[in-house]
Amino acid sequence: MSVLAEGIAGARPRTPAGRAVAALNRTAIHVFLALIGLIWLVPTLGLLVTSLRPRADIQSTGWWDIFNLHLTLENYSQVLQAQGMLQAFLNTIFIAVPSTILPLVICAMAAYAFSWMRFPFRDTLFLIVIGLLMVPVQVAFIPVLIGMRELLPALQLVNGYGAVWLAHTAFALPFGIFLLRNFFITLPPDMIEAARIDGASDVRIFRMIVVPVSVPAIAAYGIFQFLWVWNDLLMALVFVQNSSKFPMTLTIQSLLSQYGTEWHLLAAGAFLLMIVPLIVFFSLQRYFVQGLLAGSIK
Amino acid sequence: MGLAPTPVATREFPARAGLEAARRTRGPESPKWGATILFLAPAGLLLLVFLIYPAIYTLLLSFNRGRNGIFNEWVGLDNYARLFANQDFLNFSTFPPSGALWNNVLWLVFYVSIVIFFGLILAVVAARVRYESVLKAIVFIPMAIAATALAVIWKFVYSPDNIGLLNALLGTVGVGPIAWLGDQNIVNFALIAVGIWGSVGFATVILSAAVKSIPAEVIESARVEGANERQIFFRMILPMVSLPISVLAVTLVVNVIKLFDLIYVMTGGGPGKASQVIAFTMYQEAFQAGQWGYGSAVAVIMLVLLTPIMIFNVRRFRAGSVT
Repeated sequence: MSVLAEGIAGARPRTPAGRAVAALNRTAIHVFLALIGLIWLVPTLGLLVTSLRPRADIQSTGWWDIFNLHLTLENYSQVLQAQGMLQAFLNTIFIAVPSTILPLVICAMAAYAFSWMRFPFRDTLFLIVIGLLMVPVQVAFIPVLIGMRELLPALQLVNGYGAVWLAHTAFALPFGIFLLRNFFITLPPDMIEAARIDGASDVRIFRMIVVPVSVPAIAAYGIFQFLWVWNDLLMALVFVQNSSKFPMTLTIQSLLSQYGTEWHLLAAGAFLLMIVPLIVFFSLQRYFVQGLLAGSIK
Repeated sequence: MGLAPTPVATREFPARAGLEAARRTRGPESPKWGATILFLAPAGLLLLVFLIYPAIYTLLLSFNRGRNGIFNEWVGLDNYARLFANQDFLNFSTFPPSGALWNNVLWLVFYVSIVIFFGLILAVVAARVRYESVLKAIVFIPMAIAATALAVIWKFVYSPDNIGLLNALLGTVGVGPIAWLGDQNIVNFALIAVGIWGSVGFATVILSAAVKSIPAEVIESARVEGANERQIFFRMILPMVSLPISVLAVTLVVNVIKLFDLIYVMTGGGPGKASQVIAFTMYQEAFQAGQWGYGSAVAVIMLVLLTPIMIFNVRRFRAGSVT
């Protein structure tokens, strides 16, 4: 902890008046931070409470009416079964898992080539990857969609998960390659050289040395990519056109447009969407924050 | 709110990432073509098919009528001319101006500055209390949550009837109820507030790391020499976090240009078209109105807006400092 942590206390006022001012300042800081904490907790908490209240209660009083609290899981069972959120939950998993594993593998391989292999135009190609970081997905939507529909109709990509897997994978590449390469080039060159002198092939060096020692970096990127896909709405909107394959984000969006004020359904639906990211966040907070902070702009 | 990551060095991802470092790394003397192709082909192929070729296609389509997404009638700059003549896209004839692109400007001005402001305040102030890590985690939680869920949370807070928290609070002091999302003069600011709520945690964590990297002795010695808290903040902390702030600002600007999910779920661009933003216009014109050429022009505008940042990134990287 730095000296900043001592802050005002560190100034050590000598007079009683100075001490009073310092105490006042400390109180002001605590009040300010408590207010911040409330503003950031209460909206989410309110929705959580709402998701557990019966519909009739929600319509008549605010969720903060805790003296009349009847808790129920009815909303969850209704939204899971009648509104198809169970299927949507599974669909989100079916979309998110391959859309995380594919980019992880492909990015790690390309990042290895950019860090430890020698080939012409390597640096130029890598600068192109950095340039592609800023290309918005919107620029690719129309041709990719048309290509999938017109050129490859037999594959039925937009009726299944194929289109969204491929799109998520491809659009994840510039960031993933960039991030993993930045980690791979910090590995000690001697380690790679020694393996090469011993006659190990690139495939072997990649699998037996680079990947095992880079697990923290790969995990951080994997968590980031998984949550990115889990939380995505736009790509699913464009590339999942069969409503029985909709992920939760799309299902909640259509719930909202159909039953805009049926808060018992919306609140429970939103919590089902949030539960996995929250578990990931609280259990893997360190990796999660690092994955988010590292690297560059997606 | 599903935010983009930003280039800040951490222990896991050190910043020594310039091309200089890459040049020092040793590969075998001559390229092994088989292995190189094996490692690069999947990424290269996907990037070509899904990013580079489509970007060129979209650029060309923006000069075409583009019915059904194919090249059927070249129209020159007509799509762009129609776009900028469209008052739903940009309207300077009223005060304040309006339109989707203008709404992005509102986001740019208010969202970016307020997120950085709050992030910096929290990073500095929270460092003085023992519950710092708990507070930072609370403020960071929205970062883990989908924009779709943020939209539901805040639509509920903004609810115009007696069950909406905000109007209930205002009701106790005799104000309102206010239709936060139903009034075209308020809706953008109500949305920007949600965006700020979703991003402050990200800013706090980044800036907190930067503030803590300032050596304690430096600040202590300034204090001993009689500097007050304000002087320490403005003369010492602020200059030393200016680089992380600029990186953070770039990330937030990119978020604004790509902003879509929150608007789409929360207001659908409404009331009327009052809260549309550029990415929303692109989606609507191309996929709902079937104006593929016109929608492509909007996508190209997005690319153009991001190009300075692309150049900034490439330059910074060539200079060998990704920090």
